[in-house]
Amino acid sequence: MIPELGNFSLILAFSLSILLGVFPMVGASRQNQLWMGLARPLTAGVFVFLSISLAILAYSFVTDDFSVQFVANHSNSMLPLRYKLTAVWGGHEGSFLFWTWMLGGWMLAVAIFSKSMPTEFVARVLSIMGLICVGYTLFMLATSNPFDRALPLSPADGADLNAALQDFAFIVHPPSLYMGYVGFSVVFAFAIAALISGRLDAAWARWCRPWANAAWAILTLGLSLGSWWAYYELGWGGWWAWDPVENPPLITWLLGAAMIHSLAATEKRGVFKSWTVLLAIMAFASSLLGTFITRSGLLTSVHAFASDPTRGVYILGFLGLIIGGSLLLYAIRAPILKSEFGFGGWSREVFLLANNLILVVASAAILLGTLYPMVYQAVTGGDLISVGPPYFNTIFLPLMGILVLLLGIGPVARWKKTSKAYLFKQLSKVAIAAVVVGVALPVILTLGVPVTTIIVTALACWVLFSLLRDIKSKIANKPDVWSGLKSLPVSYWGMQLAHFGFVMIMTGGCLTSIYSVEKSVLLSPGESAELGRYTFVFEGTEDVQGPNFIADEASIQVLRDGEYLRHLYPQKQLYTASNTPATHMGIDGRFFRDLFVTLGDARNQGAWSMTLYIKPFVRWVWIGSIFVAFGGILAVTDKRYRRFKVRQVQRAAPVSNTSSQPVVEG
Amino acid sequence: MKNLKLYIPVLAFLILAVFMWRGLYMDSRTLPSTLIDRELPEFALRTLTEGDQLVSNADLPDEPFILNIWGSYCLPCLQENPIFMSAREQGLVPIVGVNYKDRDNLARDWLDINGNPFTMNIVDDTGRYGIDLGVYGAPETFIVDADGVIRYKHIGTINYQAWQDEIMPVVRELQSAHAEQSATTTGQSS
Repeated sequence: MIPELGNFSLILAFSLSILLGVFPMVGASRQNQLWMGLARPLTAGVFVFLSISLAILAYSFVTDDFSVQFVANHSNSMLPLRYKLTAVWGGHEGSFLFWTWMLGGWMLAVAIFSKSMPTEFVARVLSIMGLICVGYTLFMLATSNPFDRALPLSPADGADLNAALQDFAFIVHPPSLYMGYVGFSVVFAFAIAALISGRLDAAWARWCRPWANAAWAILTLGLSLGSWWAYYELGWGGWWAWDPVENPPLITWLLGAAMIHSLAATEKRGVFKSWTVLLAIMAFASSLLGTFITRSGLLTSVHAFASDPTRGVYILGFLGLIIGGSLLLYAIRAPILKSEFGFGGWSREVFLLANNLILVVASAAILLGTLYPMVYQAVTGGDLISVGPPYFNTIFLPLMGILVLLLGIGPVARWKKTSKAYLFKQLSKVAIAAVVVGVALPVILTLGVPVTTIIVTALACWVLFSLLRDIKSKIANKPDVWSGLKSLPVSYWGMQLAHFGFVMIMTGGCLTSIYSVEKSVLLSPGESAELGRYTFVFEGTEDVQGPNFIADEASIQVLRDGEYLRHLYPQKQLYTASNTPATHMGIDGRFFRDLFVTLGDARNQGAWSMTLYIKPFVRWVWIGSIFVAFGGILAVTDKRYRRFKVRQVQRAAPVSNTSSQPVVEG
Repeated sequence: MKNLKLYIPVLAFLILAVFMWRGLYMDSRTLPSTLIDRELPEFALRTLTEGDQLVSNADLPDEPFILNIWGSYCLPCLQENPIFMSAREQGLVPIVGVNYKDRDNLARDWLDINGNPFTMNIVDDTGRYGIDLGVYGAPETFIVDADGVIRYKHIGTINYQAWQDEIMPVVRELQSAHAEQSATTTGQSS
């Protein structure tokens, strides 16, 4: 009975989304205040009913209701409670409900934090998001309902959650990834509303920016959590595999990065308007494309949910309607979005344009590499071919190199017009210092001339020094350093932090791929293996019993230069309900390097095969992402957006001053 | 239509959409399975022919065999069928079918029309066993050795070339290994 209530609630959410998609939209074009006023209450209704649905699905998991097909497939009575709850997004149907609920959450956030925007605009934005919600809820009801029953023969116990998903990262990775992903629908709705109304000015960009930044920052976190998880749980030993399902979020991330930069120019200078709108559409399109690729079985990958073509056809139809429709709308309406000002050859606008160009080319290249096997097969009818990491690295790394090079100049350049002499004065010393340190550091540390490392180090120093130089010149006329630093706007700190983080990701990623070493060994208890400065002594294995798995746990003593460092305990697990094996790595993570041991197979007389890794700088990738995400969030909290809002609210209702404390963190 | 270049995005998208629509009906690329060199997961399922009687791992062939995931809805499976049929006629290797997310009557009709190359057909109508096997979708093909350990996995359609160059070499190797092993065990026992 309870699951049917969840289903009913989902149907109600679907119905309310239809109303939301129609009435406020029509009301906005007819200036009907009543119909426009429906937007916020309807949004609240959609969110409430989606929440009820989600809560009921979670309840079915907690109470082990295996008559619900989805619960039976993804849970087990022995599963620990935290994984029962998170198993809600452990499979296709539930994760789609969770995804839709996130959309509802963003819609509610827009409804709440939009007091400063005109009613007409809010009505359109919410209405467009309502239409997206119609598509998602209908998809669930029609092809993948999480409340489907397995009756009359329901299993006595569930099939258990996929062993690889029973991990802390699984609790946090999908929510953050989905939240960031879905957040781009807000910006998309803003862009479409601007196209419909023809109003796209600095105010629009200012409303849009916090949402774009927030969605992008959260997506950054989601992506890096996924990378971290792939690294330590799935035992791939790598932090990025260019997997067909990893790529779409990266494409969205790159397009999102292009968009927030283009938005900055639109807000400050009134340029790149139609380009910003196009980027907003493309970023959202890529997020839908990601959904399509994951759920349709178009490309198989480690991430793929069990799939069938009907779902693919449905999502493709939805994709065609939403993306085809909005691109057509763009083609028709974009001519009215004219840039207000021009700009000179060395201005910051030009650097932002270059940034956009590189990011868009990079995402197009990744899209091509991801879809190429499919397109190739469609054209030639031949066998599927695979485009591997070499392709992606060859294209992606040089592009990022140029991006990082420009990253050192862009923030220093001024809006509208910058003299070459000014840039030269600001950056000539920085460039020399970067090259000197970039060459000296690797040469001294490695006693050789590693060319790639020198390029990477020099580029990293270039951005770092340029960033410090910029801060220094910005506070030059302040009485002391501290008050100078405090006077810089929060969004400026956010930008610099994000730039620093980005360079840290690139540096860490490059250095770890250059300097990682690994070795596969077969060790009997008491034997040891050497790798670099480290000695790994295998002390034997013992049986370990987990809540729903059994495991062999190896005890490995690690020595550095002959001195005791620590023990590592990698495990080979067997999840009893589903009879699936899993591995648990032994990792010693430090700022400059990770030691990483995976347990292979048991051989004769207690001997085990295992693989030892040393991965220098790998942690920088995730630390860098945290900086990027934090920088993005910091930019959202800038006073600028808040002050603007307070002013607006005061003008509208000068009496209620205290109640107007708009929070923009959403 | 003043600004024709503004229509480029929508056209690019349409072209992409056409490819994706075609892509939906094509086979997937080969991926290494995490199950390689592991035992075939346990099962207790119905077969297409035996009514409600359940079969399990013990009922599988005692020699190397091919495990093929198929369904009557699956167009690529239709392409594989003649290859499997000729393999059966020549007695090359036993092929066990896993009828994946299908309906029994449709599956039986399909076999009647197209020929039945399978020595036995396990029914996995819920797709539950497919999850254990890490199946992305039909068709997928596993090669299992005499000890019930998965030795090879092929995702997507098997055409003649794949059959000759990928599948049969592995099968022959396993068969000769099996022949050797059984020769030594019989030698010891006699």
